[in-house]
Amino acid sequence: MRDLFALVKRHRVAAVLLFLLVFPLLMPYHALAINILLFGLFAVGFNLLFGYTGLLSFGHAAFLGVGSYLTGIALVHGGWPWWLAMVAGVAAAGVAGLVIGFLAIRTRGIYFSMVTLALGQIVYYAFYKAERWTGGENGLRGIQVPEIHLGPWVLDFINPVTKYYVILAFVAVALWFVSRILASPFGAVIEAVRENDRRAAACGYDVARTKLLVFVLSALICGLAGALRALHLSIVPIDSLHYLLSGQAVMMCLLGGMGTFFGPFVGAAVFLTLEDVATVFTKHWMAIVGAVFMVFVLFFPSGMWGTLVKRLERVR
Amino acid sequence: MEITPSLLALQLVTGIALGAVYALLAIGLSLIFGMLTVVNFAHGAFFMVGAFVGLYFLGLTGNFWFSLVLTPLVVGAIGLVTERFLVRPLYGRGIDYPLLLTFGLSWVLIEAMRVMFGIEGIPSSTPPELRGAVDLGFGYFPKYRLFLILATAVIVLALWLFLEKTRYGLIVRAGSRDGEICKVLGIDIARVWLVVFGIGTGIAGLSGVLAAPTRAVNPEMGIHVLAESFVVTVVGGMGSLPGAVLAGLLVGIVFSLTSLFAPDLAELSIFVLMAVVLLIRPQGFFGKKGLLS
Amino acid sequence: MSQKPANLRRRRIVMAGTAMATAPALFNIARAQAGTIKIGFPVPLTGAFSAEAQDQVRAAELAVKEWNAAGGHKGQMCELLVRDDKLNPGEAATRTLELIEKDKVNFVVGSLSAATQLSINAVTRERKVLFNSISQSDAINEAKDWSLYTFHEALNPHLTAGAVGRYAFPKFGKRVVYLTADYAYGHEMVRGFQRAGQAFGVQTLADIRHPLGAADYSAFLPRIQALKPDILVLCNFGRDLVNSAKQATDFGLKQGTKIIAPVLLFTSRLAGGADAFEGILGGTSYYWGMEDKIPSAKKFNDAFRKAYNGAVPSDYGALGYAGIKSVLQAVKDADATDSTRVSIALRQLKYDWYKGPQFYRKCDHQSVQSVVIVESKSKGMKDKNDVFNVLAIEAADEKNLRSCEEMGHKVTT
Repeated sequence: MRDLFALVKRHRVAAVLLFLLVFPLLMPYHALAINILLFGLFAVGFNLLFGYTGLLSFGHAAFLGVGSYLTGIALVHGGWPWWLAMVAGVAAAGVAGLVIGFLAIRTRGIYFSMVTLALGQIVYYAFYKAERWTGGENGLRGIQVPEIHLGPWVLDFINPVTKYYVILAFVAVALWFVSRILASPFGAVIEAVRENDRRAAACGYDVARTKLLVFVLSALICGLAGALRALHLSIVPIDSLHYLLSGQAVMMCLLGGMGTFFGPFVGAAVFLTLEDVATVFTKHWMAIVGAVFMVFVLFFPSGMWGTLVKRLERVR
Repeated sequence: MEITPSLLALQLVTGIALGAVYALLAIGLSLIFGMLTVVNFAHGAFFMVGAFVGLYFLGLTGNFWFSLVLTPLVVGAIGLVTERFLVRPLYGRGIDYPLLLTFGLSWVLIEAMRVMFGIEGIPSSTPPELRGAVDLGFGYFPKYRLFLILATAVIVLALWLFLEKTRYGLIVRAGSRDGEICKVLGIDIARVWLVVFGIGTGIAGLSGVLAAPTRAVNPEMGIHVLAESFVVTVVGGMGSLPGAVLAGLLVGIVFSLTSLFAPDLAELSIFVLMAVVLLIRPQGFFGKKGLLS
Repeated sequence: MSQKPANLRRRRIVMAGTAMATAPALFNIARAQAGTIKIGFPVPLTGAFSAEAQDQVRAAELAVKEWNAAGGHKGQMCELLVRDDKLNPGEAATRTLELIEKDKVNFVVGSLSAATQLSINAVTRERKVLFNSISQSDAINEAKDWSLYTFHEALNPHLTAGAVGRYAFPKFGKRVVYLTADYAYGHEMVRGFQRAGQAFGVQTLADIRHPLGAADYSAFLPRIQALKPDILVLCNFGRDLVNSAKQATDFGLKQGTKIIAPVLLFTSRLAGGADAFEGILGGTSYYWGMEDKIPSAKKFNDAFRKAYNGAVPSDYGALGYAGIKSVLQAVKDADATDSTRVSIALRQLKYDWYKGPQFYRKCDHQSVQSVVIVESKSKGMKDKNDVFNVLAIEAADEKNLRSCEEMGHKVTT
């Protein structure tokens, strides 16, 4: 068991991908599986900032939303091909991350969380009012990507299984990217900042620049999740930018385990599945999810995956 | 559009009335943060519970004043239970955990109200003795909203007297300054925190029952209010009571005047205000510097 | 190294395996049976409009029951798959994907907000599944969002506002102020009013936009007081209307000004109470009190009362009923269950399910129907449901809709 676990830890990206490859077979319907992929990626991006750097942002929906909207706008209003539109979406999210991050890292602690909330809401209102481009409250419609041409092959994007694996391809690349960052010396600096940022500064690291860089990287990942979401849903709803979505990212990371690589994915899967199952049984799903969440905060602060990892690491 | 002085004056009074509700909400939030360093994300939910409980007591007794007295006691009691069993275990774990817990709690409270009172909410109306509008000279203004301003002033005064002039208030203030020393001096600081949480949530419930006659009472009414409360608390300074009052009035007036000149930007304007304050002077008007995680 | 006995470890693996294997089964509880005509019904069972949505479900289930009792179609029964979209467009899209991909529904009827119906439509039209929308929107019929498979059973803002305007403007005056919810629906209402008002020489004194979902309108009311309009139009919906009506009453705006609203919801009126709505008139797609004038209304009400313990259907409930009935009738007419042929049959359909004659306009599939003008009652109410007086019924007329060209349709037949 211990050796298996060590092997998994070394090749964590491969292990996660292996799991995700067979995931559709476990899930009863593919739209849920795809949602888990997308929100899992969103949570992983968020976790980069929250779990690994220790910065609790309440405005991360802004990056998901900007990624979605700019992809959609490029497709619908610009007529760009889907892959170029995605590049636009991700790049725009990165720029948003740069701007918001630059402003936000001037504050610390609870004020950081508050200022990200405020800035996120400002982005929300800006997109809400720009009705001509974004559709306002009605959302951005008209995103139609029925087929994907890869050289000689034509993939039917409407087929849910095909769609899942196409999205998985992107998620795989993003996860590999995140894993590389975390395993690099930069990854160590990030965690040092989380533990004690004054001390990290004393050791000679440029804390502000580190924070900003993580912010941008986090925004890029979340932007990618957003871009993929736009293609999946065929619309961009306005609440992609609302702080309630930011709150969901926090919940998923906590449920799964902050500061672990796979935790956010587990959290996203648990959260979405719980919501889904609870909705089938009862109208009061909100109370159930809220109560489960409270239980986790009180008794399993490391989240499901985090607790499991801790247990396995203790078995010696 | 013609902006006459009387229109401006009426708009100002409206802003003050709005600000009164904001101030009450912010006081509860600020009190809890200043004393316990806990960000209560369930504050909007307690506000909403207060509105429902208030209407329930009104229906039971037929007397508005009874419900005004009973409601904060009931909501405060819920707050006491929350602190003792849900929040207390999380002290020492960092600022994020109580925040997250209260976030989950808000969902549970909202659903609880749906189950108890129905999904549509209950109709509320102004108590008969406070109905009607008063001619202020520059326009008609609802009597009830004037009452709101008065009620807020009375509550703020009572709170101030409690904190400044009573022995227990002294303990509360000392505890927020330095909890360790208080413990050393033999004060049961955990009990103080419990009481403060109860007072904070009680005030939230009170603002709910006061606000109920002016708006629709439904389980979702607290969600909107939460964001606004945060704006006010941040601007005033987390942990400062005079800050909460001043910021409440300021935000109310800013919102009111923006609504006159650029109504569709009114809601955006308060978030811009929040961002600006956080970036230039994060501790707000009177907040303590260095209140961090 | 842990010395767990072998069978304990094995037991754990078996338990884990069982859990994983049965997990998909949990979801299959909601699955439909094979060999039936399945209609997906995504509506916001939770959230701000849950009361209306639940009424829609009740009425839709009644329609399905009636159709099945009459033998269905060549022995094929209909099954209604109700899903909660939580009033969230992203969730609505996900539910619709689930209904189409997993449950393999034949058709989709539903939704209760402009944003959700547009998002459901985005999914259904790409997959060529018939969607009959049962809530208000101007946008869904426009060429951009429209498709052969997109149908709109409900009223649209333009028609509703226009009808209310045509009734109220000649009676109450020419100087109008709009207090408008700042989103597409609100703007569409204003446009409808202004268009209708042109014929009466109506003057817009101000169009004040308020944030959607605002709880407190006091900041907007002094200005309206100062303008002293003949008519104040509360261009918002549901809870926003309840709040703004209440507060406008508090500020004494009812003296000297007539307050009208484009849509007066039955459930909002019950929740808001008689005081707030006193003297306010507005439009609606249906009010049960019409039954003494319209025979099909009586028939519908009686069936609903019988099925649900004397309860009466609300406006949105009735739309749930009609939305399902139209689609099922089209299945019979087309003698088919695939969306393409049923859509073509639906285009030709002429029907009268509950409020008088209706049909779908060819160019944009908008159901051409009457608009009912009602006024809130506070005295002489026979029972708790007797909340409106029917002032007028504007007959179904294609001319009151925006023209096909204006909506971007090149083909009008």
